[in-house]
Amino acid sequence: MKSVRPVLPNVVFLILRRLRIPLIILIFAYAVSITGFVLIPGTRADGTVWTMSFFHAFYFVSYMGSTIGFGELPYPFNGAQRFWTLFSIYATVVAWLYAIGTMISLLQDRFFRQALYRTRVHRQIYKIREDFYLLCGHGEAGKVVTRFLSEIGEQTVVIDRDFEAINEMWIDDYPLEPLVLEGDAADPVQLQNAGLTHDNCKGVIAVIGDDQENLKIAISAKLLNPGLKVVGRVNEEDTASNMRSFGTDHIVNPFKTFAWHFSLAFSSPGHHLLNDWLSQTDYQALNDPVFPPRGQWIICGFGRFGKPLYRRLKHQNNEVTVIEIESEIANAPEGSICGRGTEAVTLNEAKVESAVGIIAGTDNDANNLSIIMTAKELNPDLFTVARQNHNRNASLFEAADMNIVFNQNLLIANQVVSLLTTPLTSEFLRLANKQNAQWANEMVSRICAIVDDNAPVIWVLEMTDDGAPAFIQARLEGFDFRLGQLVREPYNRKVRLSCVPLMLQRHGENQLSPSDDKMLYHGDRILFCGKRSARVKMMSSVSSNELLSYLITGRHRVVSPLWRKFFGSKLQEGE
Amino acid sequence: MNFEKVVFAFFILLALTLNFGFFLGVLDDPTHHHAFELFAALIVSLVATVMKFGDRTPVGSVLLASSLVADLQLIAAALVWGITLYGIGVPLSSGVTASIVSLSGGALLANIVSVVLLIMETFVARR
Repeated sequence: MKSVRPVLPNVVFLILRRLRIPLIILIFAYAVSITGFVLIPGTRADGTVWTMSFFHAFYFVSYMGSTIGFGELPYPFNGAQRFWTLFSIYATVVAWLYAIGTMISLLQDRFFRQALYRTRVHRQIYKIREDFYLLCGHGEAGKVVTRFLSEIGEQTVVIDRDFEAINEMWIDDYPLEPLVLEGDAADPVQLQNAGLTHDNCKGVIAVIGDDQENLKIAISAKLLNPGLKVVGRVNEEDTASNMRSFGTDHIVNPFKTFAWHFSLAFSSPGHHLLNDWLSQTDYQALNDPVFPPRGQWIICGFGRFGKPLYRRLKHQNNEVTVIEIESEIANAPEGSICGRGTEAVTLNEAKVESAVGIIAGTDNDANNLSIIMTAKELNPDLFTVARQNHNRNASLFEAADMNIVFNQNLLIANQVVSLLTTPLTSEFLRLANKQNAQWANEMVSRICAIVDDNAPVIWVLEMTDDGAPAFIQARLEGFDFRLGQLVREPYNRKVRLSCVPLMLQRHGENQLSPSDDKMLYHGDRILFCGKRSARVKMMSSVSSNELLSYLITGRHRVVSPLWRKFFGSKLQEGE
Repeated sequence: MNFEKVVFAFFILLALTLNFGFFLGVLDDPTHHHAFELFAALIVSLVATVMKFGDRTPVGSVLLASSLVADLQLIAAALVWGITLYGIGVPLSSGVTASIVSLSGGALLANIVSVVLLIMETFVARR
């Protein structure tokens, strides 16, 4: 698709138009003053009469307006000329003040400054030459997405209606500065101005808190630039199926996703951990395995978070008691208790002493914390799950020592980034979740063996001219290459790299945990997880002929042409 | 009738007529071309230029361009005049007068374009 240059008001003309009247007044003040000096006859010391030329009059008026007190030139003035000078001084000074005042007030005008800023950002967007993502909505979830994308070196253009949210970005420090634009993302024109139809736009991310707006963005994106990848965040399943109907590529529903992850923890902790680790970004601390007990559970808050959890818990053969303040409106199940859950009375009514776990799932962070604190006092052995709505409360939730904290913003951001940057991961997880628990446990222990405290990095190796040039070269020279040879240190092939091959994709077919003796061919895509250093080493092996030939043959190739000329092309013994 | 349009058209026409007044006469005769006329033509041309600022229609940009051309030519004429008299310090010769007047002739052409465009735009708007 061709990029369309946005039609924008030219700022220069905007200034000039506002300055029309002051400028005309200034011209008139000068014209009248100059004409007066030319017409009024002067008298020299000897009494002869002289008249000023236009040149001298213009000269005199010019310096009179700005620096009064330069003297009377070319001869001392007579009375009539001084009268006229008096008039001219006031006329030109006032005209100048008016013109300068208008210009300064224009420069301080909020709308003018926004127009100026917008023009600059539009120009920057138009000039982007690298690939970028268009992020709509810079709320709490949007902020985390921006940060993650910026940290992995992806350029983003952010559009948000709230100028304040944008101003905050100046304070935050991003490794790769995103371009920020004030505007309504639900407006297709503004989306286009933000780069929706730009050649380098890779995808659109709609993470506004409001489902309808995300829906509008997804539709606009699919209609105006059908090739784009569109990721939409939804809170309700209705919206999700609506989005799916017109081909939105990925849909992120944090509540549904969490409920499903949580139910995995009951049926197969290994699967739960695998999903958990592979959806984290690599600098986040690795989550410990959780083993939620089966029994009687209490859910506080029966909204969009509580409902899917209720269904999942029931499905896992748990007894569930719901506490909801507006049980009528929320359509809570039979036997629900009316209340907030923050008081001991309500919790006792829900039989907290005999319960095994409690989920604080209201949309109020203070209430959620209070629920957990109160419940723990009544029953210290409870398994606690809390919903964290705002990023700024992270330290509180950490201090409260819960078993699981659901941070919707983090979950959205992790999912969005993973879907966009390594779409193979979601494919892997989909297949992995169909495997049995033993397979999952094995996978977890393999990953466990190679990572330390941080979540693993996930990357895809593509056996193509761009992704692995040295491999293609080696294949052309007739070498066979197995997966086991690839996961080795490029300088010492006896040592295995700290990474695990998760999946091999060939001709659209996926194979989970491929073995070391798997032959690799042109066009293969392999999903790895492991340490960051392993990724760097692997990427250098497949792009360097020398390193790869060492991995294949075990001998170092002579690199320098000078060395080869003098000492022959003998191979150096390695290992 | 729109007062703003009257003022707008007035200044554009006045710029042309004053310019024509200065241009009229024997080309190289200094007595046929008075400094006042050039001054008035220049001032009115400047005012007409400022009035055209900020008009973003296609005709508006050509109008502004033609006005800027007229300004440039008239300022050049005034500069030649001033430099000859006060920079070099010699009275106006017929050669210098001819170049001043022909510069203003160029401005006249630009002003004619302005007026023609203005009339055309009026007719288009009528339809």
